[in-house]
Amino acid sequence: MRTQAKIRSEFFIRSWAAFVLIAIYLPIVCSALAGLSKSRYFLFPVRQFSLDWWQRTLASLEVQTLVQNSITVALLVTLISVLLAFFGALAFARYEWKGRKLYQKLLLLPIFFPQAVLGLALLLWMNALGITPSWRTAVVAHLVWIVPVVTLVIAIQVYSYDATLEEAAIDLGAGRLFIFKEITLPLLWPGIWSGALFAFLLSWGNFPLSLYTAGADSTVPKWLYSKMVAGYTPMVPALGTMSTLSAASLLLLGGAVIAVIRRRRQK
Amino acid sequence: MHDSDAPPVVSTGLRYASPVLLFLLLGFLAPLVTVVAYAFASPKSFEVFTSFTLANFSAVLDSSNTVWTSFVWSLGLAAACTIILALIAYPIAYGLNHAFGRFSSLVSVLFVFPLFISENVRLYGWVQFFIKNGVVDGLLNALGLGPGPEVLYTPGITLFGMVYVYLPFMLFPMTLGLSMVPRDLIDAAADLGAGRFMVWREVELPLAMPGILIGMLLTFVLAVGAVAEAKILGGQSVITVVHDIEIAFTYAQDWPLGAALAVLLVLIIGGLTLAVLSRLDLDRVLGRR
Repeated sequence: MRTQAKIRSEFFIRSWAAFVLIAIYLPIVCSALAGLSKSRYFLFPVRQFSLDWWQRTLASLEVQTLVQNSITVALLVTLISVLLAFFGALAFARYEWKGRKLYQKLLLLPIFFPQAVLGLALLLWMNALGITPSWRTAVVAHLVWIVPVVTLVIAIQVYSYDATLEEAAIDLGAGRLFIFKEITLPLLWPGIWSGALFAFLLSWGNFPLSLYTAGADSTVPKWLYSKMVAGYTPMVPALGTMSTLSAASLLLLGGAVIAVIRRRRQK
Repeated sequence: MHDSDAPPVVSTGLRYASPVLLFLLLGFLAPLVTVVAYAFASPKSFEVFTSFTLANFSAVLDSSNTVWTSFVWSLGLAAACTIILALIAYPIAYGLNHAFGRFSSLVSVLFVFPLFISENVRLYGWVQFFIKNGVVDGLLNALGLGPGPEVLYTPGITLFGMVYVYLPFMLFPMTLGLSMVPRDLIDAAADLGAGRFMVWREVELPLAMPGILIGMLLTFVLAVGAVAEAKILGGQSVITVVHDIEIAFTYAQDWPLGAALAVLLVLIIGGLTLAVLSRLDLDRVLGRR
């Protein structure tokens, strides 16, 4: 009786998760269809498929600039956030110190904050400082949100870090730099890679912060939004789909790298 | 650098935390202070730090002004979104811990991935699903079942969009919370004769509560600040608070009014966040042994 109830509830849970997943990916599929149909306006069922809009998107100079902006911003955000977050995560999870609990909570505040409001607040602040918004200021804006996220991602890895290894090395006379290079870094690599992957992908897909803080420069999500509001062309779903596919490939690639690092460490 | 035998003046932890703290001071706290300063500046001016008035706040609270309706909408939609998402996410969070077995990391990745696609792209996909001649309407027409339902540009679809966008923010803290419940404890309670409902109410729910609370808080706080859902799917049938703030900053060119609205919103969000976070031990939630 008990096991039968269990089978039934597991069946319910699996079907429910499958249903929600289908709902999550449904609009993404709709977008892909719209970008692959020949007509100027989306008609379903699609009368004629074509790659015209994909080709036009790939050939567009405007789009190339956007993609360049998005990649530059995401790379800088990844680099800076991993650097800051690596030490931030050690302070978060590795060391006992007086202000640690307070620091942990302060760090979470930018995550528990609507990004649109954060973007507008940063815009006011830049205006007060006399800085003209551009893609460079968008990097700063992304960092305010992404540094705490990456810190948490790395901190989770730090929690499983065995600090006695470091102490043993000190007892054996190892220097600080040696310990850092030979013990701390290798043990934390999977967390650092996950953090970097998160940083890049979150910056790549970020819309609200870029909208308010990138000034006259545009990123892929920002440009897509401006075209959704006025001037729709099938290049919008085409570029949206390309952006999604690039994120997916990067996630697969990054996941594979992390899996390899984990496996090598276990040997 | 400190000598290893002299006790350091600044602890290692603080030293490692200082770059992040300094950055957040300049990138998070300073902008918020600027917003507060603007909120007390003369209406429709840019005289920040030079004038002081409460006129912007009285304009927001003035009942002849309709600005407060956007607050009611945002808070109401956020509350509804939080409750709906708690119900949607709970079985999935449970499944990620107990029912999906070796597929559970694949399933998590499938739920995380949408976070990396900007919300406007995902929401616009729903527009193409529901729009005239879109997927639903086109399919029903092709089957001869007449035109599809007109759901776009209503408050209901705005709520739907919010539920859709904020699902991961509820799901993952909840999953973390449920993973804190030891399996043995549930088995023990069941062996001692507790029914399934009793086990859930007395063991599972209280132990998973920190994670569930974080999920609900995160969802609510982000949903109060929602704007893209109302614009893209809702077609501005609902004006949310952040939309009002944005209007004040752009078309209306009344930065002090926008700042006053933002300050009120931040007070609600910050108060809630601090109240919940101060009760939680983050080390336990994130898995310190």
